[in-house]
Amino acid sequence: MLESLLRIIALTRKELLAVLKDRRARNSLLLPPILQCLLFGYAASYDLNHIPYAVLDRSHSVASQQLLAGFDGSGLFERVGNLRTQRQVANYINNRRALLAIEIPVDFARRLGAGGRADVQIIADGRNSNTAGTALGYAQSVVNGFNSAWRADHGLPPPPVTVEARAWYNPNLATRWNMIPGLIGTLTMIQTLMLTAMSVAREREQGTFDQLLVTPFRPAEIMAGKALPSMLIGIVQATGVLLVAQLWFRIPFEGSFLTLYAGLALFVLAAVGIGLAVSALCQTMQQAMLFSFVLIMPFALLSGLTTPISNMPLSLQYFTLVNPLRYAIDIAQRVYLEGAGPGVLLPDLWPLAAIAAATLAAASWLFKHRLQ
Amino acid sequence: MSVRESWQPKRRRILAMVKKESRQMIRDPATIAVGVVLPVILILLFGFGLSLDVRNVPLAVVLEDTSAPAQDLLSAFALSPYFRPQAVYSSQAADRLMIDGSVDGVLTIPADFARRFSAGNARVQLVVHGSDANRARIIESYVEGAVGAWSARQAAEAGTAAGSGPVSIQSRLWFNSANDSHYFLVPGLIVLVMTLIGAFLTAMVVAREWERGTFEALFVTPVRSGEILLGKTIPYFALGVLGLLLCVAAGRFLFHVPLVGSLAVLVGGSMLYVMVALGVGLLISSYFRNQLVASQLTMLATFMPALMLSGFLFDLRSMPAPIRAITWLLPARYYVALLQTTFLAGDIWPVILPNAAALAVMVALLGYASRAVTHKRLD
Repeated sequence: MLESLLRIIALTRKELLAVLKDRRARNSLLLPPILQCLLFGYAASYDLNHIPYAVLDRSHSVASQQLLAGFDGSGLFERVGNLRTQRQVANYINNRRALLAIEIPVDFARRLGAGGRADVQIIADGRNSNTAGTALGYAQSVVNGFNSAWRADHGLPPPPVTVEARAWYNPNLATRWNMIPGLIGTLTMIQTLMLTAMSVAREREQGTFDQLLVTPFRPAEIMAGKALPSMLIGIVQATGVLLVAQLWFRIPFEGSFLTLYAGLALFVLAAVGIGLAVSALCQTMQQAMLFSFVLIMPFALLSGLTTPISNMPLSLQYFTLVNPLRYAIDIAQRVYLEGAGPGVLLPDLWPLAAIAAATLAAASWLFKHRLQ
Repeated sequence: MSVRESWQPKRRRILAMVKKESRQMIRDPATIAVGVVLPVILILLFGFGLSLDVRNVPLAVVLEDTSAPAQDLLSAFALSPYFRPQAVYSSQAADRLMIDGSVDGVLTIPADFARRFSAGNARVQLVVHGSDANRARIIESYVEGAVGAWSARQAAEAGTAAGSGPVSIQSRLWFNSANDSHYFLVPGLIVLVMTLIGAFLTAMVVAREWERGTFEALFVTPVRSGEILLGKTIPYFALGVLGLLLCVAAGRFLFHVPLVGSLAVLVGGSMLYVMVALGVGLLISSYFRNQLVASQLTMLATFMPALMLSGFLFDLRSMPAPIRAITWLLPARYYVALLQTTFLAGDIWPVILPNAAALAVMVALLGYASRAVTHKRLD
């Protein structure tokens, strides 16, 4: 038993040396996750802070000026044109100069002054309908602000029902808060899975795998020796991303590190298991790379990071049940933002353990059958 | 040597190269994997898997008030296609559902709702689950819309004028009146597939030739380096166009995304982009001459930016200035603008021409650079 452990440690040491001896390889393991986290942390946001809009103000009244001042003063909208004709509206939207065009009708002030209701028309560029919808939501809140100010100024009653909205876990509803904890799992998986799949394939290609087989190592020990270094590297990468999230983006961490790392360790084990199974099936590095690439793509896209899982058709929702990334993102986000404890996370933890057990068993079976 | 004399053998050499490359391409399982299997997976994932539309939101409704107006409000939510409300009678029960993640929000109708509603100043409370901020914000505005519509209808039935307002927005979404997120996902899908075939596949295949030394074997033949490049790129270019047509057909017939602009503009712009992608792939692979490095680098330099920094998912105008500056250097940004406009808005030349011009400049620069890197030299 002790000997077996020593052999595994020796193999782990050898693997780590093989991966880390080269400066370029070392950098390619640590820098890309951190750089990508920085870049995507800034880029991957559905929040808008710069909405170019054009105005067709046919009313030219104090009331319309007051409404538009709300847009200009919000800090989110930037007026790029004061238009005169309907054709100019089409022009600004078609040529992507404005995301929204606000049209205030001639009778706007008159109808408001009479104590009645007035409409403004807002045209949105729907080429990216998600962005357009978000911008319209911001416009609605500017108009809501105008409405309550107007009602207060003119002694009108408040609307019969008001909705008081609050958000749990992410009070300002900043996408970055969801995205960056999600990246901890995503960036870690891409590299861990590929690294594991490649490490065996490289030995196969270079013929050193056969040398490994004539040593007194047992197949299980070889597997453990391949799995441990990748797990270590994966955990280090995850830590890198976590540090960026906390020190650079300063997203408050609500949970316990112990819970997070326990979840991450299971997740990395599952990713390594998949990598090992892939590498057992592949003869060359290229095959290993392509195979893991073909797997990573659906794992990443169907993880719930960019689009919600509940929006997927049922058959694909079933597929996400075997996607380790789905659970890792859930764990990372919930521990990070909600401070979830291990009890609540059990529905995420046991599938990860099951995936890890199944893939490791499959890999060891494949190895044994290939070895004999 | 006059041009006419050199053209005949030149053409023969290029044709021979193209033939050899095409055969090699068709017989290579790696090409089939990246050029055919991955695009099909992407099409299926994008078409069926991804959607940003918010429908059937699971919502817990806490009925602290069980009066007729409160029940009526609940049934208004039940009838809406956007919500799947679930009535609960205590806030503890609602909180439990929230913590489980089985509802995305809790709407509380307080005990004094009916009384205050008849007085004209009722309140309801909404708590949304912030773990998906984008979705949460959309849910907030849908709930406000649903409550506003309900109270306006109540007011109309009672014959009073009061509703939401005084100012209300009539919004119109141009180019996507159905508000279907597939409309912008399909152009994004095309960018990803073109990047995959153009850059990733080329980088891998050419780097492999350098690794195996077969590129050097080509150097001893009378084929010139420019001709080698052409012979390499033409088959992959053809594969790229094939991939494009596949995506357009899938977008049109599988996901019912309209093509408002003309197919000619779409194909023309896409050809420019495939050439840019090929150029990037050739350049990276000729420079590094190592499959692993080349494929990882093209992944980082082309595929990830095409996903994250092209404006297809995330709005470019809202990114911080340094990141926006980087996006100007990325071909995907121009291609996304071109595709979204051609697909959804039509042939709007003031958008198409500058973006196509930017791509054309990149083609010229990359063609020149990759020719400079592939000169016949052994090191």
